[in-house]
Amino acid sequence: MIASGSNSNSPPLLEARGILKTFPGVRALQNVDATFYPGEVHAVVGENGAGKSTLMKVIGGIHLPDDGEVLVDGQPEVIDSVGRATELGIAFIHQELNLADNLSIGANVFLGREPKKAGPLGMIDNKQIHEETEVYLKQLDFKMPSTTLVRDLSIGQQQIVEIAKALSQNARLIIMDEPTSSLTQHETDRLFEVIAQLKSQNVCIAYISHRLTELTQMADTATVLKDGENSGELTRDQMTHENLVSLMVGREVSEFYKKTERERGEVLLEVEDLVVPGQENHPLNFEIHAGEIVGMAGLVGAGRTELSRVLFGIDQAVSGTIKVAGKSVSIRSPQDAIANGIALVPEDRKQQGLILELSVKDNTILAGLDRYQKSKFTQHSKLREVSDAMVDKLLIKTPTIDQEVQLLSGGNQQKVVLGKWISLGPRILLLDEPTRGIDVMAKEEIYRLMEQMAKEGVGILMISSEMEEVLGMSDRILVMHEGEIAGNLEGDAISEEGIMRLATGAK
Amino acid sequence: MKKNLGIFLILVSIMLITFLIGWLKEGETSFLEGGNLTVLLKRTSLFGVLSIGVAFVIITGGIDLSIGSVVGLTGVLLPFFITPPDNGGMDMPVPLALFLIFIISLSIGLTHGLLITKLKLQPFVVTLCGLFVYRGISRVVTKDANQGFGIGFKGIKSMAKGKFQVGPESWEFFLPAPFLILIVIGIIAAIYLNLTVYGRYLLALGRNEIAARFSGIKTDNMTISAYVFSSLLAGFGGILWACDVGSIQPSGFGNFYELYAIAGAVLGGCSLRGGEGTILGVIFGSAILVCLQNAINILGISSQLEFAVIGLAILIGVIVDEVIKRVAAKRRAIQNALQAKLESG
Ligand SMILES: Nc1ncnc2c1ncn2[C@@H]1O[C@H](COP(=O)(O)OP(=O)(O)OP(=O)(O)O)[C@@H](O)[C@H]1O
Ligand SMILES: [Mg+2]
Repeated sequence: MIASGSNSNSPPLLEARGILKTFPGVRALQNVDATFYPGEVHAVVGENGAGKSTLMKVIGGIHLPDDGEVLVDGQPEVIDSVGRATELGIAFIHQELNLADNLSIGANVFLGREPKKAGPLGMIDNKQIHEETEVYLKQLDFKMPSTTLVRDLSIGQQQIVEIAKALSQNARLIIMDEPTSSLTQHETDRLFEVIAQLKSQNVCIAYISHRLTELTQMADTATVLKDGENSGELTRDQMTHENLVSLMVGREVSEFYKKTERERGEVLLEVEDLVVPGQENHPLNFEIHAGEIVGMAGLVGAGRTELSRVLFGIDQAVSGTIKVAGKSVSIRSPQDAIANGIALVPEDRKQQGLILELSVKDNTILAGLDRYQKSKFTQHSKLREVSDAMVDKLLIKTPTIDQEVQLLSGGNQQKVVLGKWISLGPRILLLDEPTRGIDVMAKEEIYRLMEQMAKEGVGILMISSEMEEVLGMSDRILVMHEGEIAGNLEGDAISEEGIMRLATGAK
Repeated sequence: MKKNLGIFLILVSIMLITFLIGWLKEGETSFLEGGNLTVLLKRTSLFGVLSIGVAFVIITGGIDLSIGSVVGLTGVLLPFFITPPDNGGMDMPVPLALFLIFIISLSIGLTHGLLITKLKLQPFVVTLCGLFVYRGISRVVTKDANQGFGIGFKGIKSMAKGKFQVGPESWEFFLPAPFLILIVIGIIAAIYLNLTVYGRYLLALGRNEIAARFSGIKTDNMTISAYVFSSLLAGFGGILWACDVGSIQPSGFGNFYELYAIAGAVLGGCSLRGGEGTILGVIFGSAILVCLQNAINILGISSQLEFAVIGLAILIGVIVDEVIKRVAAKRRAIQNALQAKLESG
């Protein structure tokens, strides 16, 4: 899709040599090398917890390595602060977005580097900030004015602001840590165009993603990490799905996970004329059977998350009925939902899924704490048991279950959220982007688990923007468009094209 | 001003209600008398100075509970430093005393800031300890003896007592000197907060410290500066209050002022979660507190009810403000959605 513009004759922009980085109880990087050239898209690939983000943080001035060196333009550099990295032309777009949402887009783009008006007071030149920001936003095809407050933007839009910020720093090396994990298809396409444009300006993009298709499409080289060590390098011609995966996991892995046939049971969840707040004109009707995995496709903003929030009692329905196993139920709070056997894995793990300062164990058992009591006393051994089981089942990579969740890698945090709700043994499982940021192997594990749950009679509603996942896992697909259920695809009617047509509202 | 509209309306309503009730009850009202308005303006200014200080701390997501004790400390130190020995004082030249008080306030703020940023202690704990310690020091230094200036020291006292006649003589309204001081401090603070990079850094780090740090901002220094401002303004406030009151009791002078200052800042739109607040709002917030106290006096409400009334009024104020904010946010969201729709199709 994107022409390879990598120029192997030019000297390297940045070299990391023999990097070692340890955290208490974890050796995150060991003797890692990576060389970045101008004008290339350099993929950094590996399983969850392989050390990708840590390597980038070493380059970006957030962590100092315990051993090894970083050379910029051939010169050894101590990159001991973000400020130093910025000076060296390195910009970092983090896996977890880092914006001050009380400030405007422009204020965030220029945060820490505000242009000042002439005069002794050194006042901020807001006019220049907004004018320049608008230029970058335009480059990114972003329509909101620079004065918009960041808190009024969606996650995808905030990502664009981060990219605008990197552009404004005139960075020579832009690190993007899973940039597409929360973007819409349109935003993703736009991002790839921007990346191509940056490449042609001789910028190097260090690109982390678990979406291997993206990498095979546009990466020029790949550094693959496994358990904190180099496990191989791939050039453009070698960049295939199979090669990437076998280096990542150290063995051959078959194609995309294939679901098995299952019996469909009686109706578990029935939604009749349900009106979700904000979508007053579109009453929703659908049902989910026991043993069924129903995919829910649609563009970001189609109203899928809003629906899941109502089903889980976070928001109140305007009208309509929800029936669980044939009985009409009133779900006015998450407690009601849990009591009816409904669980929701929310889309935003940091805000809605986890208490970051608590341990893996405490997060896993949080939603079901009352079940592990014996005459009002918490049974701590039982808690450990449950949480240990989830760590095993989901391959959560953590030194112990007492580790604070915020110290886990992004993908492993997501697994903890999944574990929290699966450990409740729900009858109806609502998943909102369940595999966001999760590596190929763990994805398979999660798919297998979903199937197993379905076999045991759980009804699953899986909201997902990943086409492969929706196509591969769903017995049936509901497509939402602007708050409406635009279609219900089953059996042979399921196709990528069909989904896209319904999702975009084309007739 | 748009942001402060809610708080401004509350202020005006309280004034109107006080006026109307007084008028209906008595057929006339002392609320609008020049003398009363002068006092209101002066007290608003004295509290306002403290509130502006704590607003900076609250914007960083912290809190300063030591303000009342710092007011007490500098309030007793000023007369203690400058009055003659037969009065129990040290007979220092006034400029030297002021300089020493400046250094003391600065060191207090610096200590708070360093403990909070470098040792990562919680602001609540650090400044709570400060509240006890500085009160204790005030009492030890003065051996708990009441402090006063006697008849001299007109010059320094005029900072609090000076006034300028405005309007017809019969109205007896004066612009108190502290009000001019408040205006000057308010303008400087507002410029600093809204127009300079430092203000922006405070807002950013109060909301998302990591984002600020990753943008190359020295967040620790910024946080320390906020505690320094707070203590400096508390120290200066102590001087003003001391000059105004004249007789200072080491054990009680300034008690609870931190709570008034915080209440004023919160009423004025500072969020204890950090990252939000305007100086004008904070001044309005202080004015509301002062007007409420005044209303209780004028309307003959039992003074036993004073705290209850103030507490409830703050609660209502905060609720009204929150409701207004939500409506505004909703309207913005709808507008954005509409705009996005227009552009996409
Ligand atoms: N600050 C920290 N303290 C302790 N352990 C840490 C810290 N940061 C990372 N780790 C650990 O280091 C390892 C590598 O983490 P890293 O975030 O680099 O993984 P990753 O490859 O980016 O994974 P993902 O794909 O899930 O984002 C993990 O085991 C993680 O738990
Ligand atoms: Mg990562």
